[in-house]
Amino acid sequence: MMHNRRNMLRTFVFLLAISTAWIVLLRVADQAKSAASNNTQAGGLAAWEEVYSVLTSPRCINCHTATNYPQQGDDRHRHVANVIRGPEDKGVPGLNCASCHQESNADSTGAPGGHNWHLAPLSMQWQDLNDRPLLSAVVCRSVTDRSKNHNLDGPGLLKHHEEEALVLWAWNPGRRPDGTMRTLPPLSHSEFVAATRRWVEAGTPCPK
Amino acid sequence: MATYQLSVNGKRKEVTADPSTPLLWVLREELKMTGTKYGCGVSACGACTVHVAGVATRSCIVPISLVGERPVVTIEAMHDDPVGRAVQDAWVEKDVVQCGYCQSGQIMCAVALLKATPKPTDKNIEESLGGNVCRCGTYVRIREAIKRASQQLA
Repeated sequence: MMHNRRNMLRTFVFLLAISTAWIVLLRVADQAKSAASNNTQAGGLAAWEEVYSVLTSPRCINCHTATNYPQQGDDRHRHVANVIRGPEDKGVPGLNCASCHQESNADSTGAPGGHNWHLAPLSMQWQDLNDRPLLSAVVCRSVTDRSKNHNLDGPGLLKHHEEEALVLWAWNPGRRPDGTMRTLPPLSHSEFVAATRRWVEAGTPCPK
Repeated sequence: MATYQLSVNGKRKEVTADPSTPLLWVLREELKMTGTKYGCGVSACGACTVHVAGVATRSCIVPISLVGERPVVTIEAMHDDPVGRAVQDAWVEKDVVQCGYCQSGQIMCAVALLKATPKPTDKNIEESLGGNVCRCGTYVRIREAIKRASQQLA
């Protein structure tokens, strides 16, 4: 009788120990997962800020206006010659983007060029109507909104940043009419793509 | 220097020029087609406008090396073009020209506009010719003449 009781007690203690250990293990795993998730989220947001620094540089944002005209120059002044957006973001007959912008830069005359030169659609405006860059959170929400961004998911956005001709142009912007080189975005293209990749892998988080 | 085979007003033209030479200077200096004018040299005035593959193009800032196979049409060919002819007739009827220096560019843009938009509104005209500067201020007559040409072509 005594022997049976002792065995039962031993089994009970053993099961209690196992259960306690299991609960502790689960909690530790959960905390580790949560910490990793926070790190991923924080890393993703930091990566987005790098991406945002490029998107709001003059080489990019000058054609992401909220107005009916593009901008030019590092001071982002209104485009000369009364150039306007037009119904398809490519100017109007008689004054198209292609009236000056050819398939590649014209360094001898200072006219920048690239394939299918055009303004970004109004859905991708990164400025307000007073030509001030929108806040990081607003641009992020816009960039990740598939109803506004030509239905691009994370990998689609990464591919766009890696391959789109007019995105690549920002790192090969050619010479100004005075012969000096146009300034580049704050990151190299490979750094920009790496930051986009980290942001995409983190689930394209946006600042609040 | 390089040699280029150009299509200008429907004719083949062989030109030897530095690749960086603007199309404007190839037309004026090499081909002696002086109807296209030099105004500002930085695409801000529109006086040098020609059509390249049907697109009104500022020839002062397009290097010859970037023209390629695309056909070039200048003011000299407008009298053979139905829309161009209508525009030129309207220009005469409305007595648009004062000094005339900017007018070949104005006409080339007006033709591009009418080919894309046969019945342009005032806003269409202002937008499409907004980059063509006229120091004589003939804008009102230009607008009247474009509308007249539009009527003639209807």
